[in-house]
Amino acid sequence: MMKNETVLRLVIASALILISSNALCQTGAIPTSRLINPEDLVKVMQSGKEKPLVLQVGSHTLFLQAHIPGSEYVGAASTELGLQQLRKRVESLPRNRFLVIYCGCCPWNHCPNLKPADDALQALGFTNGKVLYIADNFGTNWVDRGYPTAKGE
Amino acid sequence: MSGRKLGLVVALTLAAVIVGVYSYRHSRGGRSGSTGQEHREAPDFTLPRLDGGQLCLSSYRGKVVLLDFWATWCVPCREETPHFVELQQKYGDKGLQIIGVSMDDSPDPVRAFYQQFRMNYPVVMGTAEVGSAYGGVLGLPIAFLIDRDGRICVKHLGATDPSLFEKEIAFLLHSS
Repeated sequence: MMKNETVLRLVIASALILISSNALCQTGAIPTSRLINPEDLVKVMQSGKEKPLVLQVGSHTLFLQAHIPGSEYVGAASTELGLQQLRKRVESLPRNRFLVIYCGCCPWNHCPNLKPADDALQALGFTNGKVLYIADNFGTNWVDRGYPTAKGE
Repeated sequence: MSGRKLGLVVALTLAAVIVGVYSYRHSRGGRSGSTGQEHREAPDFTLPRLDGGQLCLSSYRGKVVLLDFWATWCVPCREETPHFVELQQKYGDKGLQIIGVSMDDSPDPVRAFYQQFRMNYPVVMGTAEVGSAYGGVLGLPIAFLIDRDGRICVKHLGATDPSLFEKEIAFLLHSS
């Protein structure tokens, strides 16, 4: 009897872990049409065309170590505080403003911040918002490739 | 099993572990592997412990240290934590000390996580300075295995098979 109860508890615990993990990992649901690759973003930033407003929606500690020059830290979008700061930062902008959000804290499918941030921009009606596709992490896919990097605030 | 056969088995096992550790330290690519930063002294730091007081890395000299940079919102980190709790339980009295360096922006979620996962090793709040001293913690998790002499032996970037950690820890505990 006790053994069955233990097994049942393990099954329920495993199911809850799986459900919570899936809830955190929805980055793959962002349409590919809204993604931009690092090399393409670098080209855009170095061109004479409209410069995007680049927002980091992940960890401040990681931002301080390295970030995209000119980008702004707005907060981890997996938290309500981070989402509030993101909405506040963009609320006065024209809805066709070229925006790029990025994180790079974890491998793409594990990032907890990008999907909520993308959802928030979509809900606010932004039509030209992009999400920087970072496959592994910001160090591997940006810094180690020699793309422009800044440190500090 | 005769003494000769037993000796052969022990020798083969040790050889396999040595080859395994060598492979981890020299492999590249994938989300888990070593970098070229091995065999340098682990940068020392003193950081506030989650449960009060200060933690100084060099005070653990003489132990094998698994230094884990992680965060509560990092899914692979969350998956690794129960395995680290097991490793600390299993090898703590043999000289292993796991130290968690949280890269969360605030200690509040870390305290809740610490209780939830019944973590049995110290956790400190990391800084950008410490991250930079370790070559930049620009993705999580990142774990460093430090030998009893305070030198970095292995660096793992990304989620790592717990059995690999265990083999490396057992090797370092045995060889140091």
